Amino acid sequence: MSKVIGWIDDRFPLMKMWNEHLAEYYAPKNFNFWYFFGSLALLVLVIQIVSGIFLVMHYKPDAEMAFASVEYIMRDVPYGWLIRYMHSTGATAFFVVVYLHMLRALMYGSYKKPRELIWLFGMFIYLVLMAEAFMGYLLPWGQMSYWGAQVIISLFGAIPVIGDELTLWIRGDYVISDATLNRFFSLHVIALPLVLLFLVVAHILALHEVGSNNPDGVEIKKNKDENGIPLDGIPFHPYYTVKDIVGVVVFLFFFATVLFFFPDGGGYLLEHANFVASDPLKTPEHIAPVWYFTPFYAILRAVPDKLLGVGAMGAAIVLLFFMPWIDRCKVRSIRYRSNIYKINLAMFVVSFVVLGWLAMQHVTATITLLSQVFSLLYFAFFVVLFITSKNEKTKPVPDRVT
Amino acid sequence: MKKQLLTILMSVVPTVTLAAGGGVHLDDAPIDIADMESVKRGAKHFVDYCLSCHEASYMRYNRIAMDTGMSDGELRENLIFTTNEKGEPTKVGSLMKVAMTDEYAKKAFGTEVPDLTLSARARGADWLYTYLRTFYVDPDRPTGMNNLVFPDVSMPNVLGSLQGLQKAVYKTETRQGVEVETVDKLELAQPGTMTAEEFDAFVADLVNFMVYLGEPVQNERRSLGIKVLIFLVIFGVLAYLLKKEYWKDVH
Repeated sequence: MSKVIGWIDDRFPLMKMWNEHLAEYYAPKNFNFWYFFGSLALLVLVIQIVSGIFLVMHYKPDAEMAFASVEYIMRDVPYGWLIRYMHSTGATAFFVVVYLHMLRALMYGSYKKPRELIWLFGMFIYLVLMAEAFMGYLLPWGQMSYWGAQVIISLFGAIPVIGDELTLWIRGDYVISDATLNRFFSLHVIALPLVLLFLVVAHILALHEVGSNNPDGVEIKKNKDENGIPLDGIPFHPYYTVKDIVGVVVFLFFFATVLFFFPDGGGYLLEHANFVASDPLKTPEHIAPVWYFTPFYAILRAVPDKLLGVGAMGAAIVLLFFMPWIDRCKVRSIRYRSNIYKINLAMFVVSFVVLGWLAMQHVTATITLLSQVFSLLYFAFFVVLFITSKNEKTKPVPDRVT
Repeated sequence: MKKQLLTILMSVVPTVTLAAGGGVHLDDAPIDIADMESVKRGAKHFVDYCLSCHEASYMRYNRIAMDTGMSDGELRENLIFTTNEKGEPTKVGSLMKVAMTDEYAKKAFGTEVPDLTLSARARGADWLYTYLRTFYVDPDRPTGMNNLVFPDVSMPNVLGSLQGLQKAVYKTETRQGVEVETVDKLELAQPGTMTAEEFDAFVADLVNFMVYLGEPVQNERRSLGIKVLIFLVIFGVLAYLLKKEYWKDVH
């Protein structure tokens, strides 16, 4: 065995990479619950790629055949139903895990110097993930696939001057059609996964270059022993590999519960209207995006003007990119930050969740008003943070992790 | 183009409409998807009463046989009464299609006839159960019948001979200051070949089959799920003990 490895090592940095990223990558020993979601996101990515590969073997990206081919997978392909539910449940799991992973970064200031690039790569991953999910949702070619895509693509029409031409260019036709389905299929299974993988590698490389943050937000590299190993660090492998396996099992328990017992999630994961084949002549009564897009959709609906609405929705995402510079506080972890920050972040999370709920409701005057209030609260997070973080009253940060 | 965008925009803002299912109370469908005998009876009803016009074009006949424990012979005897284009009996592995074209359906019913493979997943069992039992006499409709959960439906009351004919009892309500007549309840005006209880059981079997039809694998899915969860619990305990062992020396 060691001979084989030696042979490879003479030609390829196998052990070097193994050591740099696992066996001699020193992670802080005080990771808590919130630190499971990075490795879980990687797991879900693998689930999606593997189940996706098998789906593509049986799926037909053709407007005449797409809907039927999904039912063919569900009925005639051995364990096709399992692969399909894995993929559809995986989409939701991906966003659950990524949202919690992002919240972790907000709580412990993981985006702050020197980890700005990790955050930026992460935000690009999130952006690509949204595009990936949106394009994937068209492929079953049900009513909600069709009309959801119609609504979202039409948003680009709000852009002045080039709007109409742009929507035409995206669809490849005057309406959502076979041309749209084919290009979305291509982007969903080839282009975006490639970009996603590249970004994930960049995200991890950047992380391993500067080292992981931790719930205390202290730099473990400041205190090293005589061998240059951080005193509060432990090798990622085996310590965090065995710990993450526990996290994986707990995650899979929830994942399997949804997959095997609630695969359509009461109409929130697989929408009822999507069990009707797409029909360009019949608009469904109620078009709502899948849950992971709803907070932004609520912001869009809250603004009476279409162009401004699209702008507000875009800003809600773009602002997150600038977190490392909006937050000017030197202290990273929420544990040692002011109550203002704690309340501000709590309000942000609440408004995000409430906006998500509001977007699933029929529009009434009250719903619109609430959407406007919570949209303002969402944006207020960034404003309040920028103003208060410069001279924030923080608690003393310990020297070592606790 | 502008107009089209406007239409799309309007659809972004869903309006409260009194379309199918809006506001009508739905009865709980008394179904048990694990009861394969009921699914079998429902399959027979489905073939007898629905499959002449409606298709279940994503479903194969012999899948029903496989899941309900029928032989190919029983399947032919009970569920397959059609022939293919060459005049030969429909093969047991065929999809459950019907010969009626959309053009013909439009002439006969004024609309295309929806495929029923996934109707239980799109509408829900309660909707189907209530819909099939709430046809009532309405001389203003082309078929002479109307429906409580699907007002002005084009489908004729196919089960009328079994249920009998119901007529609506109206009441006057004041809505936002305007007096409107609404249906209070349905009353049996002319009995059919079944009693009310028999008919409800008949529809329940039919709906049970349609729920099965929407996702034939669902019983297998749940039983596999239990095994997977049990495995995960055992594996989880071992994984936790392994973690504990490794982390003993971390302080």
